[in-house]
Amino acid sequence: MPFEGIGAAVRRKEDARFLSGRGNYTDDINRPGQLYAYVRRSDRPHARISRIDTTQASKAPGVMAVFTGADMAADNIGGLPCGWQIHCKDGSPMKEPPHPVLAVDKVRHVGDPIAVVVAETKQAAKDAAELIEIDYQELPAVASVRDAVASGAPLVHDDAPGNICYDWHIGDKAVVDAAFAKAAKVVKLELTNNRLIPNAMEPRAAVGDFDPNSGDFTLYTTSQNPHVIRLLMGAFVLHIPENKLRVVAPDVGGGFGSKIYHYAEEATVTWAAGKVRRPVKWTAERAESFMSDAHGRDHDTVAEMALDADGTFLGLRVSTLANMGGYLSTFAPCIPTYLYATLLAGVYKTPVIYCEVKAVFTNTVPVDAYRGAGRPEATFLLERLVDVCARDTGMDRVAIRRKNFIPADAFPYQTPVALQYDSGDYQATLDACLKAADYAGFEARRGAAAAKGKLRGIGISTYLEACGIAPSAVVGSLGARAGLYEVANIKVHPTGSVTVYTGTHSHGQGHETTLAQLVCDQLGVPLDQVEVVHGDTGKIPFGMGTYGSRSLAVGGTAMVKAMDKIIAKGKKIAAHLMEASVEDIEFKDGQFSVAGTDKSKTLTDISLAAYVPHNYPIEELEPGLDETAFYDPKNFTFPGGCHVAEVEIDKDTGVTEVVNFVAVDDVGRVINPMIVEGQVQGGVAQGIGQALLENAVYDEGGQLLSGSFMDYSMPRANDLPMITVGTEITLCTHNPLGVKGCGEVGAIGSPPAVINAVIDALKDYGVRHIDMPASPQKLWSIIQSGTPRMAAE
Amino acid sequence: MPQVTLTVNGKRHTVEVEGRTLLVELLREKLGLTGTHVGCDTSQCGACVVHVDGVSAKSCTMLALQADGSNVLTIEGLAAADGTLHPMQEMFREHHALQCGFCTPGMVMSAVDLVNAHPEGLSEKQIREGLEGNLCRCTGYHNIVKAIAAAWPLMHQKAAAAE
Repeated sequence: MPFEGIGAAVRRKEDARFLSGRGNYTDDINRPGQLYAYVRRSDRPHARISRIDTTQASKAPGVMAVFTGADMAADNIGGLPCGWQIHCKDGSPMKEPPHPVLAVDKVRHVGDPIAVVVAETKQAAKDAAELIEIDYQELPAVASVRDAVASGAPLVHDDAPGNICYDWHIGDKAVVDAAFAKAAKVVKLELTNNRLIPNAMEPRAAVGDFDPNSGDFTLYTTSQNPHVIRLLMGAFVLHIPENKLRVVAPDVGGGFGSKIYHYAEEATVTWAAGKVRRPVKWTAERAESFMSDAHGRDHDTVAEMALDADGTFLGLRVSTLANMGGYLSTFAPCIPTYLYATLLAGVYKTPVIYCEVKAVFTNTVPVDAYRGAGRPEATFLLERLVDVCARDTGMDRVAIRRKNFIPADAFPYQTPVALQYDSGDYQATLDACLKAADYAGFEARRGAAAAKGKLRGIGISTYLEACGIAPSAVVGSLGARAGLYEVANIKVHPTGSVTVYTGTHSHGQGHETTLAQLVCDQLGVPLDQVEVVHGDTGKIPFGMGTYGSRSLAVGGTAMVKAMDKIIAKGKKIAAHLMEASVEDIEFKDGQFSVAGTDKSKTLTDISLAAYVPHNYPIEELEPGLDETAFYDPKNFTFPGGCHVAEVEIDKDTGVTEVVNFVAVDDVGRVINPMIVEGQVQGGVAQGIGQALLENAVYDEGGQLLSGSFMDYSMPRANDLPMITVGTEITLCTHNPLGVKGCGEVGAIGSPPAVINAVIDALKDYGVRHIDMPASPQKLWSIIQSGTPRMAAE
Repeated sequence: MPQVTLTVNGKRHTVEVEGRTLLVELLREKLGLTGTHVGCDTSQCGACVVHVDGVSAKSCTMLALQADGSNVLTIEGLAAADGTLHPMQEMFREHHALQCGFCTPGMVMSAVDLVNAHPEGLSEKQIREGLEGNLCRCTGYHNIVKAIAAAWPLMHQKAAAAE
């Protein structure tokens, strides 16, 4: 058998269908008798709706029905629920205003859905939607967090004074203030983390299907977590019990977080299918994606580091305003709190940390997790602040990091912000990355670039993330309204092939291959005899889906537990067949053997006996070889590492070219190195995009200015370099595979590496900080207005 | 309704379309060829790239009527009749040049045209510039560039051998 188990760079099982045009994405699904929905959205950032008249639209050719929020209210349809409750400093719960599926009396952002037309064709629905008459009373709007918290700002929700959703903190402020009082040096930095639009290449889509005979509903949707959608939509919105509701997330064309949440259109098409008793399909146009997919990031932060005279970090104090948008998206409240502030120790032994976060409502699209989710914001803050500390104290950037690293022998390490890291070696990832990037040889390259009129800089980021989410009891105590365990059902079929039913979901990660490799490794079954099934509540027992780099650490561990049960049962069957004691049965490479003898049975012998139990311990064992396991993780996992970016800035245009990028990450044990490398490269590309190109821009009145690919700068092939990826591993100590996670490290570690490199390139221009994106316009202005200091100064 | 007659993947079709029907809508909705994708509404992403008379074209930016009389090749028609993958498809698989797969059909069709158009050779820079019209959000393009570079000799050697 070829080596296909843990560590093998096997080519992906899913690729053949994707490369041949045989993928099965939601918009590819057509149900018999299907109708099409088009959503009429608000073009106003903030307005009262004084009248909606659907008369003309209802009479338009091909139109079956036009529905508004009033129709849903008449059917007792609930609002979209939020899955996480944060409590404020004073103990009061966050403000959680209603989020109607279709806006009823007020719209709160451009793109807020108001009505839906269901018609025989997509074009008929779209044409008719234009005939809906809506009278608005426009209200003043706020788009930025600073404007939203200013006194006298218009209120997005009347019951959220000052537009504050919550005012939360972590850490002991008095202790941190005391550390600052005795510090030799305090370094302060104000920064923003730019708002991003995830832009998975597949626009969201949903097909609602209703079977009038059985009363069963099926929703096909572009989701990262179909069971979560079934729970939220069934229990809280449409009041359909789980036995009557199946949710299928087929091939999904990228998610990056944006397809975690329960969206209005999913509930709308499912409900509408029941009303018109025919299937209803909705597919977003890209313009709708821009104004209705949850956005990411959007922080405004003041951070201060207290240092002693030799550059040791004494304390960190952070105050952040986080944009929630117009409503709370499913996981929004936890992103700038438990996925952000708890990460502020990073890779450093900063002894005391205080962070306060005000979450703010604005007249913008809801903001929620986007690749990294809170952890890129924490990392950008820390890695920029550390560079500024080096600059302000005259220390070397590498030396100040090394000095403050948590040492490799300090694990398990308890941070002052709740997390306990299990393993890591930050000196090792730094060393490997500096070597791979030829950091030592940089000044020669800087000189060579200068000779051609280019400003060359190098930047470092040493980062940490917490992922593999999450221990249910812990997140429950922090406000999660769900458990975050994972489920695996593994069936060994009578003749030895295997089907894995996983509650995680693959939307590019390659689970059909990686998870199958776990089966090759543990059960000794060849890769082509293992099938991984995901994304269907009708087939999979349960599952919390894929996000937070959890699929292997949590879902993979559930598989290991299920396979342990299979092996344990298989040993009993083998003992019976070979007339041996169970204690004497060993299992290795797909063979059950009696220790110390040459007697053995294959897994296929055992599975056949289990399903054809002619010679079987039927009094003691049930037939079959089919086991389900739930795994609730004991802790988060903590990948970390070092990213080094090298850039050249064109003095005449301000354009930055990333000329070299090296990432060395500790992702724990690697199952498929080819896939890990691809995940990191993709994450780094999004991080470089954030650092140099991407920006979701609202004008002061709340209009989205970057609402298409013409206006929002997505990284293209020519914007990016080859991305060198290395790994330097320590094993996770609390899951059996030793895995940590690799899906988000690229997007977390890379943005500050790029910005640190840009600032290094501009070192002669006296630049202390540049907010992202470091656009050509910003850099050109700095170069034009600044006078380079002479080298002799 | 007007009619359009065209050949798609070697098969001739006559289809009734509205004047405003796009080529991609004809392919996906009338012919059921859902391998060609729609990723945007501004002709920016390239998920819909097919070949029209041997040259890559964004099928979202062409009316179905404009394709009347044309020979269209979609991702479904790229592999050999026996299912053997085209060298570009094979190199995308070999070099892990796809993750979610959504941009892949358009990316592969663009890449085939790019390699066909450059029998003299393709540098990394030319490949990156040649992908100007195709967005991928998953891979960072690194492996796509590698796959195209690896497909070039396979495609041109094959052409040379056939001459």
